[in-house]
Amino acid sequence: MAEIIRLTTPLTDKVIEKLKIGDQVLITGTLYTARDAAHKRLVDLLNSGKELPFDIRGQIIYYVGPAPARPGYVTGPAGPTTSGRMDPYAPRLMEAGMKGMIGKGKRSKDVVDAMKKHKCVYFAAIGGAAALIARSIKKVDVIAYEDLGTEAVRKMEVEDFQVIVVNDIYGNDLYEEGMKKYRRSP
Amino acid sequence: MRNIHIKEITEAVKNLCMEANYNLPEDVLHAFDRGLETEESPVGKAVLNALKKNAEIAWHEKIPICQDTGFSVFFVDVGQDVHIEGGSLSDAINEGVRQGYKEGYLRKSICDAFTRKNTGDNTPAVINYDIVPGDKIKIICAPKGGGSSNMSRVTMLKPADGIEGIKNYVIQRVLESGSNPCPPVVVGVGIGGTLEKAAQIATKALLRPIGSTNPDTVLKEIEEDLLKKINDLGMGPEGFGGRFYAMAVHIEKFPCHIASLPVAVNISCHASRHKEIVL
Ligand code: SF4
Repeated sequence: MAEIIRLTTPLTDKVIEKLKIGDQVLITGTLYTARDAAHKRLVDLLNSGKELPFDIRGQIIYYVGPAPARPGYVTGPAGPTTSGRMDPYAPRLMEAGMKGMIGKGKRSKDVVDAMKKHKCVYFAAIGGAAALIARSIKKVDVIAYEDLGTEAVRKMEVEDFQVIVVNDIYGNDLYEEGMKKYRRSP
Repeated sequence: MRNIHIKEITEAVKNLCMEANYNLPEDVLHAFDRGLETEESPVGKAVLNALKKNAEIAWHEKIPICQDTGFSVFFVDVGQDVHIEGGSLSDAINEGVRQGYKEGYLRKSICDAFTRKNTGDNTPAVINYDIVPGDKIKIICAPKGGGSSNMSRVTMLKPADGIEGIKNYVIQRVLESGSNPCPPVVVGVGIGGTLEKAAQIATKALLRPIGSTNPDTVLKEIEEDLLKKINDLGMGPEGFGGRFYAMAVHIEKFPCHIASLPVAVNISCHASRHKEIVL
């Protein structure tokens, strides 16, 4: 198995250029969370020339809507949601400087093209491993859109947050390549 | 005639919601172990180990396996000799959902279809009733996540499409689902009936224990063939490539109209949650 790569945020182009599909990565630093409704608001802000509620340059957005935290917990279980729903918004955020996305599932061609152009990488977290993933989240603050509840924008401090590179900036796709490698023809 | 008070039902439903979300059923855990034996991909193995660990943490700490604690779906068998007292049965079930999702720190994921405004308490539940002989009530709670539900479909095939047509449709559905429904998955297939009947039996098929044999030998053969073909696609756990994409294929069949062949595919993620109680 390939060795595990450790990354800290914000991400630089130099770091992103080295990442290849299938790389197992542990992220330490800050993640910003956003789902469908928050994406719509963020892109609306950009399109009307306004500032985002956080500086997105070099940052990673995690597609997640956590469960409520039990007392004494920093967060409730917090696994990735399906990324495809954010496809219509992702290229605009890359244009604004976003460098990474974490979710699950395939991205559209437009998103993959934008990733090449803006040097942004797409990671998958293990879908459904939400209780385990929550252990690597050390601090959570809602920083915008509190009215959206689970869909609010959160700033998460994470340590050794486990992900795998699904789309690198060279146009490769782990879902396709992984499948080819293990496919048995009938 | 036996009396059952709605308070008892609400209490039972509350606990079912929490337990279903905290505890991954034994059959799923055994399936992970079997998957670890057959999985060739190192990443796939790592995923399965992470899922086992995840289930252990959830069980131990009484927190949900997955943040998406699902649509609250119920299958309720009401004995025809039962008398419900104290109010409406459906209200009692919804009240149980309300309490369970609040007290259990479960995510509320239900919203208005147009405004997308959250209902705030995960109600209304989807309740499937069956009237059965006897004086008991059996309640099965099967929370259904959005990611895997979005990959599910119903179609009306032509009778001439036959078994091969059904198999091709299921395989195509699985291929298109890819990593979205958090594999390893259970593929539930409902064949026959009407549009809604096919969907309902496909959902019910997901409740059968993984590793159990279909008593219908023809369906058993189709299940085995489909499982092999699906896993030969090579998508593997989480779709990262590997051998173990599906834990099982479960099929239920119902007679259909001479002119039609409805087929429903309902995919369940690895968080194949269900819990039942008999009152
Ligand atoms: S598909 Fe299942 S495991 Fe995956 S996020 Fe949804 S509920 Fe959780």
